Amino acid sequence: MSTAVYERIRRNPKFDELVARRSRFAWTLSAIVLGIYFTFIMVVAFNPKLLATPIASGATTTVAIPIGVGMVLLFWLLTGVYIRRANRDFDVLNSEILKEAMK
Amino acid sequence: MRRTILKCAAALVASGWMELALAAPAVVAETQKQPLNIHAIVMFFIFVSGTLGITYWAAKRTKSASDYYAAGGGITGTQNGLAIAGDYMSAATLLGLTSLVYAKGFDGFIYCICFYVGWPVILFLMAERLRNLGKFTFADITSYRLDQTQVRTMAAVGSLTVVIFYLIAQMVGAGQLIKLLFGLEYWMAVVIVGVLMVIYVTFGGMIATTWVQIIKAVLLLCGGTLVMLLAVSRFGFSFETLATKAVAASPEGIKIMAPGTLLADPVTAVSLSLGLMFGTAGLPHILMRFFTVPDAKAARKSVFVATFCVGFFFCVVALMGLAAIVIVGQDPAYFEGGKIGGKMIGGGNMPAMHLAQAVGGNLLLGFLAAVAFATILAVVSGLALAGATAISHDIYANVIKKGKASEADEVRVSKLASLGLGVLAVLLGIVFEKQNIAFLVGLTFGIAASCNFPVLILSMYWKGLTTKGAVWGGIAGLVAAVAIVVCSKAVWVTVLGNPKPLFPYEQPAIFSMPLAFFVCWLVSTLDRSARAAKEKLAFEDQYVRAQTGFGATGAAAH
Repeated sequence: MSTAVYERIRRNPKFDELVARRSRFAWTLSAIVLGIYFTFIMVVAFNPKLLATPIASGATTTVAIPIGVGMVLLFWLLTGVYIRRANRDFDVLNSEILKEAMK
Repeated sequence: MRRTILKCAAALVASGWMELALAAPAVVAETQKQPLNIHAIVMFFIFVSGTLGITYWAAKRTKSASDYYAAGGGITGTQNGLAIAGDYMSAATLLGLTSLVYAKGFDGFIYCICFYVGWPVILFLMAERLRNLGKFTFADITSYRLDQTQVRTMAAVGSLTVVIFYLIAQMVGAGQLIKLLFGLEYWMAVVIVGVLMVIYVTFGGMIATTWVQIIKAVLLLCGGTLVMLLAVSRFGFSFETLATKAVAASPEGIKIMAPGTLLADPVTAVSLSLGLMFGTAGLPHILMRFFTVPDAKAARKSVFVATFCVGFFFCVVALMGLAAIVIVGQDPAYFEGGKIGGKMIGGGNMPAMHLAQAVGGNLLLGFLAAVAFATILAVVSGLALAGATAISHDIYANVIKKGKASEADEVRVSKLASLGLGVLAVLLGIVFEKQNIAFLVGLTFGIAASCNFPVLILSMYWKGLTTKGAVWGGIAGLVAAVAIVVCSKAVWVTVLGNPKPLFPYEQPAIFSMPLAFFVCWLVSTLDRSARAAKEKLAFEDQYVRAQTGFGATGAAAH
């Protein structure tokens, strides 16, 4: 019986829409996180001097500090962005799909 | 003398992720027994009484196998987020990373970022699917459409290997830590940790383990934040003032404000990053947490909360390390013989503790010490439960009994298994006291990233994965990770005493993880058997369930 339901879900065009939209969004966010992170690691490995620039002339604080803290903050905010979108869009679509499959 | 220092250093370093701290020679620490710390012992006693009370309460609520393994799916997203953060923030995070920032400045913070970055990716690509497909263990997912016996056995072996190595590291760390912080004997710590761990897990199952983890996470966050705020208040809450004074006080000078030599080699940097990121996504005790929440929505929220706690705590730790450079590093009271810049009292991993003492007196020191020990206790409990579940749910119920074991029998086996793991952990903890085990943590993460993770992610994402592919890929990853660590400096030179390492890199992930993926792909593609064709067909239903949660254990969709 559940295989039949799975089959019905699969044939619902909304399912393809859900999968396509969610995958695109999740992979985009992952690419942003990984892109920023590995760029940072490469700068650390090949050109650490770049991060040693002071944030203002005469300041001890270097750009490395806001960049590091900024990454931590940004990545957390991106998890929030994903969850917001998932709660608002994807879950709604998902429950529609399930409702239609159970009819 | 040098051997003693190395040995002690390795042992302390072994607690959790302090392996990283070893990368910086200045951080290598020696642990000596300190005078008895009454505040710490009293506060730890309060923690233990409280958690035992919770265990009693949890035991009464634990009736079914689902209660025992997954808290009946009744943990909320926020609670689970705190518990995940608790699993992730070990005593080594507090002590090791603070001392790394203390010694190396910004380099220490880079490590924090490496630990942190896996979390958003786990949310985007894994969290919901894990919840939708899993029941009690991640082997439930990998063997969903593949052969129960073979794939489950391999997943269970992968889990148990990770659990046992990690347990040894935590046990030895606990022994060293208690000598250092409480002034008690090594073996006492190991036995206390072992006994409490078995009590929590055997009687309270996942409910008790989760609450121990939540309480500890809250204590650790509050304790760390309090010390950080008191310390930073001395600089008028100005980062620039703190930075200027730290640069003036540090022997490294202005270098602490930018990346230094710690990650200078790109292969090691990337390999370490991969291992930490994907190793986290292959740790059985972390994965189990995704099955304790009611649905995919709660699973998402858990990661959101956990990511916040972990990120926040790493920033706290970095500020503590920086403040310690000024407050602890310039106070002769914290150095042996009062010689500033000489050997720190209690060893190189003590800046966090000394800082607590400097800004909050013995009471705050005692509190932080108790929290550090509670942290180890919580982490080993999570590990023991994950190991016991692999034995009872995967090996006993599904491989030996072919899914025909009664729930009561399965839970009974699990309780016996946790008792067995407890005894084993205590014995190994004592045996390994004088061994150099710094390699164990790297090995643990290497195996998790190279054996558990590739099979798990492919089983969820790739239609073409077959039983043969999963088994051979997992074995390839496991063998490669172990072989690389054994041939690297950490084991070949440091433990076995050979003059030169056979393999130049210590972090296996960059080599062993792609190998595992490649073998999974190759063997699956070449697999033309009828079973393989059936397994590929079964992916369709699994895919719908992963995406929509229909049919998920405990889901509301029924």
